[in-house]
Amino acid sequence: MAVKCVVWDLDNTVWDGILLEDPEVRLRPHVVHLLRTLDERGILHSIASRNDHDLAMARLRELGLDDYFLYPQINWNSKADSIARIAQDLNLALDAFAFVDDQPFEREEVAFSHAGVLCLDSALLDDLLDRPEFNPRFITGDSRLRRRMYQADFRRNREEADYVGPKEEFLATLGMVFTIAPCREQDLQRAEELTVRTHQLNTTGYTYSYEELDALRQSPRHELLIASLEDRHGAYGKIGLSLIERDEGVWTVKLLLMSCRVMSKGVGTILIHHLLRRAKAAGVRLRAELVDTGRNRQMLITYRFAGFKEIARTGEVALLENDYSALQPPPPYVELRLLD
Amino acid sequence: MDGMDATQIKIKEFLSRFFKSHDLQPDEDIFALGFVNSLLAMQLVAFVEKEFGIQVEDADLDLDNFRSIRAISSLVARKTGAPAPA
Repeated sequence: MAVKCVVWDLDNTVWDGILLEDPEVRLRPHVVHLLRTLDERGILHSIASRNDHDLAMARLRELGLDDYFLYPQINWNSKADSIARIAQDLNLALDAFAFVDDQPFEREEVAFSHAGVLCLDSALLDDLLDRPEFNPRFITGDSRLRRRMYQADFRRNREEADYVGPKEEFLATLGMVFTIAPCREQDLQRAEELTVRTHQLNTTGYTYSYEELDALRQSPRHELLIASLEDRHGAYGKIGLSLIERDEGVWTVKLLLMSCRVMSKGVGTILIHHLLRRAKAAGVRLRAELVDTGRNRQMLITYRFAGFKEIARTGEVALLENDYSALQPPPPYVELRLLD
Repeated sequence: MDGMDATQIKIKEFLSRFFKSHDLQPDEDIFALGFVNSLLAMQLVAFVEKEFGIQVEDADLDLDNFRSIRAISSLVARKTGAPAPA
């Protein structure tokens, strides 16, 4: 199972010695290298330490490491509880976690409560970077940004919780920029990842390999578009993908998907309405395939409310066509950018 | 809310949460007004199903059934077998 987050103990794990006995504790060798390398692979870090919270955070700041750790749990609670809390805050399953501690007791307690957590002795980390669990299949631009995205999400969620007023007004404060661009070679790994990982906001559920997407990207009959979103808190990364098949007089949307991470941002109809405007301007009909996967009703609603109607059905694949009666500009709280 | 029945008032109250500053009239086209983003679309269908205890079938997911307060209340009336509102 791929590890998505490593939870670190502090005393005698991140640093040598015990902070409450020695305020000048020194980092253990290789810890910074491990933190940085895993971070670049898109693996997150957090902390479960029984310590004084303010002292420990101050020392981490002095050592220049505080920024690496998301939702650090520095308290006197059980570490199993702390890890459960982190999993909840990051919205990750427990079997995507590793836990590093020098104390056998702590490792056993965590392993007992959470069988899926990979528990590691902090004295035995030499081969950590080579272990398969710590080597994701792809390392994309979005992987390297993953921690920043979580940090930005944390700030957004806090602001939204404090915001009094309609959701649209809050969205307008974010200054969102939605960019649609042709999928480039360096986007292909992320594009494949999106087809494999996106279920709810996916019109057909078709998955494509890296090689297939690379061929489609260069095919004169096809257009492969990738969408990204950013706001004043930072980037959300590449969050949308669409594949269009262009024939004489008719374009067919084979795939349209949006990452669930942006579901609450009101940007779910921008891509399809962009395609509608483009097809209308090109003087062609726009059709779309839709497969009911049992999880993607939202995309049926998106298509139907954009003016698509079913015109044919082959097995589980419904073919829809648009009559251009319901064109909509992008919502006022988003700036749309188009790249060639 | 003169001239609206109980169903229409509930629909108006729900929609008003999304655009507080606009006094939505029963026949105003919420799509033409540009009010229907992906969030509203998702929540509108869920609201109609939960509030009025009906199942919105795929075939009901037509723009014309959701275009205005009156259109939605007509859909609800058809699905519940109640007399259609005037």
